[in-house]
Amino acid sequence: MQTYDVAIIGAGVVGCMVARVLSRYDLSVLLIDKESDVGAGTSSANTAIVHAGYDPVPGTLKAALNVAGNRMWDTLAAELDIPFERRGDYVVAVDPEEVPRLELLLQQGRANGVTGMEMLSGEELRRREPLVNPKACAALWASTSGICDPFAAVLAAAENAVTNGVTLMLETAFEGFHMEVRRIAGVRTSRGSFRCRWVVNAAGVYADEVMHKAGVRPDFRITPRRGEYYVLDRAQLPLRSVLFPVPTAVSKGILVTATVHGNPIVGPNAQDVASKEDRSVTREGLEEVWRGAQRLVPGLDPRAVIGLFAGLRAAGNARCLTPGVDYGHDFVVEIAEGVQGLVNLAGIESPGLTAAPAIADRVVELLRDAGEPLREKRSWNPIRRARPRFRDLPPEEQAALVRRNPLYGRIVCRCETVTEGEIVAEIHAPIPARTYDALKRRTWLGTGRCQGGFDTPRVLAILARELGLSPLQVTKKGPGSEFLSRPTKDADWSDTGPERAGHRAGGGWER
Amino acid sequence: MRRSYDVIVIGSGPGGMAAAIAAKKHGAAHVLVIERDVEPGGILLQCIHHGFGVETLKQDLTGPAYAQRFVDEALALGVDVMVDAMVLQLTPSRHLWVTSTRSGLVELEARAIVLAMGCRERTRAQIRIPGSRPAGVYTAGTAQRLVNVEGYMPGRRFVILGSGDIGMIMARRLTLEGARVERVLEIMPYLTGLTRNYVQCLLDYGVPLQLSHTVARILGDRRVEAVEAVQVDENWRPVPGTAEVIPCDTLLLSVGLIPENELSRQAGVSLDPATGGPYVDQGFGTSVPGIFAAGNVVHVYDLVDWVTEAGYVAGRSAARSALGDQVQGVASVGLCAGENVRHVVPQRLNPESLTEGPQRLQLRVVRPIEGRARVQVADGDTLIAEQRLRYARPGEMVMVTLPPTAYDRVRQAKALVVMVTEG
Ligand SMILES: Cc1cc2nc3c(=O)[nH]c(=O)nc-3n(C[C@H](O)[C@H](O)[C@H](O)COP(=O)(O)OP(=O)(O)OC[C@H]3O[C@@H](n4cnc5c(N)ncnc54)[C@H](O)[C@@H]3O)c2cc1C
Ligand SMILES: Cc1cc2nc3c(=O)[nH]c(=O)nc-3n(C[C@H](O)[C@H](O)[C@H](O)COP(=O)(O)OP(=O)(O)OC[C@H]3O[C@@H](n4cnc5c(N)ncnc54)[C@H](O)[C@@H]3O)c2cc1C
Repeated sequence: MQTYDVAIIGAGVVGCMVARVLSRYDLSVLLIDKESDVGAGTSSANTAIVHAGYDPVPGTLKAALNVAGNRMWDTLAAELDIPFERRGDYVVAVDPEEVPRLELLLQQGRANGVTGMEMLSGEELRRREPLVNPKACAALWASTSGICDPFAAVLAAAENAVTNGVTLMLETAFEGFHMEVRRIAGVRTSRGSFRCRWVVNAAGVYADEVMHKAGVRPDFRITPRRGEYYVLDRAQLPLRSVLFPVPTAVSKGILVTATVHGNPIVGPNAQDVASKEDRSVTREGLEEVWRGAQRLVPGLDPRAVIGLFAGLRAAGNARCLTPGVDYGHDFVVEIAEGVQGLVNLAGIESPGLTAAPAIADRVVELLRDAGEPLREKRSWNPIRRARPRFRDLPPEEQAALVRRNPLYGRIVCRCETVTEGEIVAEIHAPIPARTYDALKRRTWLGTGRCQGGFDTPRVLAILARELGLSPLQVTKKGPGSEFLSRPTKDADWSDTGPERAGHRAGGGWER
Repeated sequence: MRRSYDVIVIGSGPGGMAAAIAAKKHGAAHVLVIERDVEPGGILLQCIHHGFGVETLKQDLTGPAYAQRFVDEALALGVDVMVDAMVLQLTPSRHLWVTSTRSGLVELEARAIVLAMGCRERTRAQIRIPGSRPAGVYTAGTAQRLVNVEGYMPGRRFVILGSGDIGMIMARRLTLEGARVERVLEIMPYLTGLTRNYVQCLLDYGVPLQLSHTVARILGDRRVEAVEAVQVDENWRPVPGTAEVIPCDTLLLSVGLIPENELSRQAGVSLDPATGGPYVDQGFGTSVPGIFAAGNVVHVYDLVDWVTEAGYVAGRSAARSALGDQVQGVASVGLCAGENVRHVVPQRLNPESLTEGPQRLQLRVVRPIEGRARVQVADGDTLIAEQRLRYARPGEMVMVTLPPTAYDRVRQAKALVVMVTEG
């Protein structure tokens, strides 16, 4: 049986950041995920804001890790080449009755150690963002908040971990523990068992079920709380600010922001759902989101909508441990009590993306406190470089890229300008993109106006050719999500294998 | 390779090829067509059914055969064609950046440009279909490419949303391929595509069409497992108690086309919110000097014959512009959509054009008129032209001709209003 020092369950942003920091030490680390790619869970469906930290209740772990995480993002983004912009955000009071709440947020932020906050008049806000509701009467401005590419964050951390020696296994579901008395001795997965001394539970919405398998925290429950979104066309709505409403008890509310590629996104609502896989959008939810967003930006045009998605918050019920702080939904970042060898990272709802690097550092401290020697490897390299993105380069560099590799001259996704060269590079990267969605998260292909209408047949052909598969085997997001069912009647390349099929589907281009 | 051309046409569909042919015939010495696909022909290359060229060629051709005629003619006339090359950027001063595997990234310039980029399909998100996001949801055109060009079936059991032409044509094609097409659902109380396609593709193959119905939800985690269909009222709200789950593994969307205008926008061309394409005059000149447009990039056509015709007009204007004639921005009168008219093309007309011959207006109606209908062009209370129609349907383009005899009245008009009414 393969033996590791640490097995991490879940390759979301939390698991991948943990894998990356652990790869610094002389430890053998296994990172597993049940899906076909890293970051296929909540980490790929959120608002992508690196929060300033005025929102969490002071004294909670959420507050501390939010603010600490936020401060790490400049270095993190630079080391891992993650698109990240400290754009700042506004909490907008549309009703004069909301103004006292802004004051409260300001005080809360100061108590949490957030810097760079300021109250603005409605006039000043409108001067900075003319599209905002003319009724807006005041705003809280937080300059340290930012937006990032959350897919890139997960991938970059995972890739850096893997190049520093971490073993990544995808389509590998955790099923149970091997226990020796009250000590964890290994994990049982859908691909066999592995010995390990430590398990890091970073299973997102499933983190409660994982810890229950070890008999830990039987009362801890995660409720999947869904948030739905629209993506809008940047050409139709030139909106660059991050605008929050005044928050409510359950969520930060329906906000208006933009992706790092400039497409505005609006959402999320907050709806508890029964299934931990239910990432569907609903008619009622979408209507709620639109109404909420219109309160901030009345001029939103429904014709600008180009995308819909939903994500699941892992809302937990852990009490904050700080004496005197009454809060029942704190993050769990702990070495579990009652068994030896389990680290729980659970109930990591928003601001979990922001906090992920700080959570990872906390894991290192926890292991050190537990007596792990944690010797640094001399070979550790914190730097990971993104592969070139054609559309972000100036024309001279674009031309040079095409000269080096002509495939960078062929546009496969017309809306987001993604080239075949980029796609091929991602398929052969340290963590290969093997599905359509994996390519989508890495290159943003198919996320624009036509939502894959143009690129899908082409991408299927490229995936088949590069992976040596038949196009019939290419999937959207792993087994069971195949795109094609069979060759047409008159096609005679049905059983001639990948070579012929790839030639037929993509090969016409070589003429 | 040349860097500078008299006329550059972007897109090699029937609109673009006709423009290139006309430009060459009207004196442009150097004409280039740029096409991002690997062969010229445009969307017709995946339309392997027949029904093309019936109106003007008086022949019933398949899409690829129709397209090839014009490609052959253009090549014979000495038009340059660059394939597997995409125009990434277009400036108002008619400089373009083109990228291809063969020539890399190059900058070209032209005295005149014809935009002929065609259109794209509306997507699931644009019509906000609720539900999960599994594999198995395709636009009808994407499915058409998979089946007709790549040679693969995108599923076994289909539901088609929208009674647009491509959806109906795919219903027939998929049935012939042995797939099961459960139903075509249409949210409007009438057909949105051509009646001939309803007869030849749905009726003849026993595919049921349900009007005033839509998809309320997509079900299935990894691959579509079913869709929930529901009846809607006049305001498109679901009628309670009408939901029905239809098991299927694929949902095709045929819910409308939108002119492809990223480049037009970059070049500063003004777009008409009603068509989604550029405002054009009778010569298909846009608001930017030296830039013309033809085909589905202007507004969505139903028949290719009229696309070819529009291409000829745009190509001729482009050649004249390249040779130094001022063909755009001359005094002109505006055309507006009046009662029961969604949009009119062109949006501006130079009255002097009537001295060269009759001018044809193209329009779409908002609601169907099944009895006799008439289309009228008026300036206030003054009727300028009138034509009788057997019917008027949103799925079929309506045309009305302004005769040369209307010259005086058009010249004096402030604005021309076009309307389609019963009677
Ligand atoms: C609507 C919404 C908006 C948000 N907005 C923001 C924001 O703007 N800023 C911010 O900082 N945070 C935000 N968050 C929070 C943030 O997205 C999450 O905190 C973060 O992504 C959690 O990462 P994770 O790695 O814990 O979980 P996940 O990304 O869900 O990763 C868990 C992984 O575990 C895997 N897994 C589960 N069970 C098993 C098993 N049995 N075996 C193997 N693998 C398993 C899953 O496949 C998954 O990949 C938002 C969240 C939501 C839902
Ligand atoms: C699926 C379908 C079925 C149809 N069926 C029928 C029918 O049965 N009978 C009938 O008469 N009519 C039919 N039509 C209508 C008619 O065929 C179309 O209206 C006509 O093909 C439009 O021609 P076009 O030149 O405007 O656009 P297209 O044929 O779409 O050509 C546009 C071309 O521009 C290229 N292009 C776009 N952007 C760029 C760029 N940036 N750089 C380089 N190249 C670019 C595209 O690749 C494409 O080849 C059908 C249309 C469709 C879409």
